[in-house]
Amino acid sequence: MPRELLKGNEAIAEAGVRAGVQAYFGYPITPQTELLEYMSWRMPQLGRTFLQAESEVAAINMVYGAACTGARVMSSSSSPGVSLMMEGISYIAGTEVPVVLIDVMRGGPGLGNIAPSQGDYNQIVHGGGHGDYHPIVLAPASVQEAIDLTVLAFDLADKYRTVVVVLADGNIGQMMEPAELPPMQDIRTEYPDWAVRGAQGRERRLLSSIYIDPNVEEVLNYRIMQRWNEIQKNEIRYKEYYLEDAEYAVIGFGTAGRVALSAVRAARAEGIRVGLFRPISLSPYPYARIEALANQVKVMLVTEMNAGQMLEDVQKATNGRIPIEFYGRMGGVMPFPDEILAEIQRIAHSLVPFDENPRQSWMKRHAELLGTLQGKQ
Amino acid sequence: MLATNPTQVVFKRPKTLAQVPTHYCPGCTHGVAHRLIAEVLDEMGLREKAIGVAPVGCSVFAYNYFDCDFVEAAHGRAPAMATGIKRVLPDRTVFTYQGDGDLASIGMAEILHAAARGENFTVVFINNAIYGMTGGQMAPTTLPGQKTTSSPSGRDVEQMGFPIRMAEILSTLDGAGYIVRRSLHDPKNIRLAKKALRLAFEAQQRGLGFSMVEMLSTCPTNWGIPPIESLRWVEEHMVPVYPLEDFKVSPSLAGLRL
Repeated sequence: MPRELLKGNEAIAEAGVRAGVQAYFGYPITPQTELLEYMSWRMPQLGRTFLQAESEVAAINMVYGAACTGARVMSSSSSPGVSLMMEGISYIAGTEVPVVLIDVMRGGPGLGNIAPSQGDYNQIVHGGGHGDYHPIVLAPASVQEAIDLTVLAFDLADKYRTVVVVLADGNIGQMMEPAELPPMQDIRTEYPDWAVRGAQGRERRLLSSIYIDPNVEEVLNYRIMQRWNEIQKNEIRYKEYYLEDAEYAVIGFGTAGRVALSAVRAARAEGIRVGLFRPISLSPYPYARIEALANQVKVMLVTEMNAGQMLEDVQKATNGRIPIEFYGRMGGVMPFPDEILAEIQRIAHSLVPFDENPRQSWMKRHAELLGTLQGKQ
Repeated sequence: MLATNPTQVVFKRPKTLAQVPTHYCPGCTHGVAHRLIAEVLDEMGLREKAIGVAPVGCSVFAYNYFDCDFVEAAHGRAPAMATGIKRVLPDRTVFTYQGDGDLASIGMAEILHAAARGENFTVVFINNAIYGMTGGQMAPTTLPGQKTTSSPSGRDVEQMGFPIRMAEILSTLDGAGYIVRRSLHDPKNIRLAKKALRLAFEAQQRGLGFSMVEMLSTCPTNWGIPPIESLRWVEEHMVPVYPLEDFKVSPSLAGLRL
């Protein structure tokens, strides 16, 4: 396939189409709306289902119903809309049906704004719906990666009968860059042996997340956790840059990771031996690799477009063995490479003593930055 | 003329009704409604094509009682789930079974928009004016003055609002093909309810859009009224508030002789 100039949201939509998605249900919300708009003409063009739901609550429950037929299905939304979907995501997890969800994150909490953010990390990776379940979460840092991870998301959802979330941010959704689309897959014609499609010539089937006997529910919980163990074993994904001889490691996912890469390159040009670790699977999280890196580097710098949500996972992986520093921008603000470069320089030249609580020390520094910014207004 | 064969079967369990005891309380009309659905699916030969969507409420276990494919929805979301199924499998017969809390309270948006879109599935709406599963709290269809565990002095309309007439509301939407209200309080009305169910499924078969049969039902346990008196209570108190009418019948069904 030739490389084309593609907008992130539309590229993700077309990737879903080419992965054989049979039904899309969604609700307009910035900065993901182009994905829904693209599906509104593309799906009918191919004789497939597109439906604009009355709410994200309805959209995820339509996806839930359609997933019960064994079809490949997806939805997309942005942070406040995904909050509304949490009910359905928990039911889908409890029913063990495959679903792909795209979250194009924006600033929050609350209505927040429509600028790119990574504030849904905790909601998607560590929480959201009630009960014991873990979705697979994949974080792209480019339009190409968003395409590739969307196709992968469908395969993983089917393989593990689970929810897979492609966790992008408004930047990935809105920007255009050259990328290659995958080949068109056929719509499936054979359906799994759990699919509810009418009891023609077979015993009736039930798909449900209700297990009224707690002892039976516990068996389901155990099965989900066994599957999660398999996922943790098989589905860790990350990318490393300049880490071979690195003394310092920057850790960031998605757009924050991509911005950090520019900063890492600039620091390398100054002779600072720094590399970048970019987790792609946020769930399962690459704890073991980060733990191993803690044996190699002197300091880690976590950079995110939130107040340090992934930071806590890095701290868990390194367990206090080396100093961790944090640099975040919140509320829909994107960090510039020179901000992260300044952090790298500060760490490499030990310009400030390390604090045991990286978030606290970052907040102190950040208060000065916010004060400066306010002064400029 | 009397039947010449004394062993002739004149009444049997519908094939679509599973051979299991239900959890419903004595005197509850859910069992009657279940049986009517099963009879209609049998008569129309739809059992193998049918996919039911169970609600949250007293009929949460409805999926256990039908010998056809089923899914279990979140509270109020059955119409959304049914939409997802029917859009992917348009040639299957899809129906939801929902109570008044599920359909008229928490699921109001989903039912309204499914009807407005003319989703081609059938809704069986059980209105017994109370929350059964959670133990008798006020429902959106609870009558003015009716005592429940969350309106212990009776539903005060100034504080708690008025009953919602779902069949009337949904019948105003152009996407609806068949919307009627029936009652399960006596044999005559049960027969009429069955005929209405048949027409609702016929509407779906003919692609006439959204179809719903609202059925006035009893809840002796949570009303605190014995079963037979409960049937009378439906007739005397519910029917005046919820008239048994055809609110919308697609013209192409009007001439149907069954």
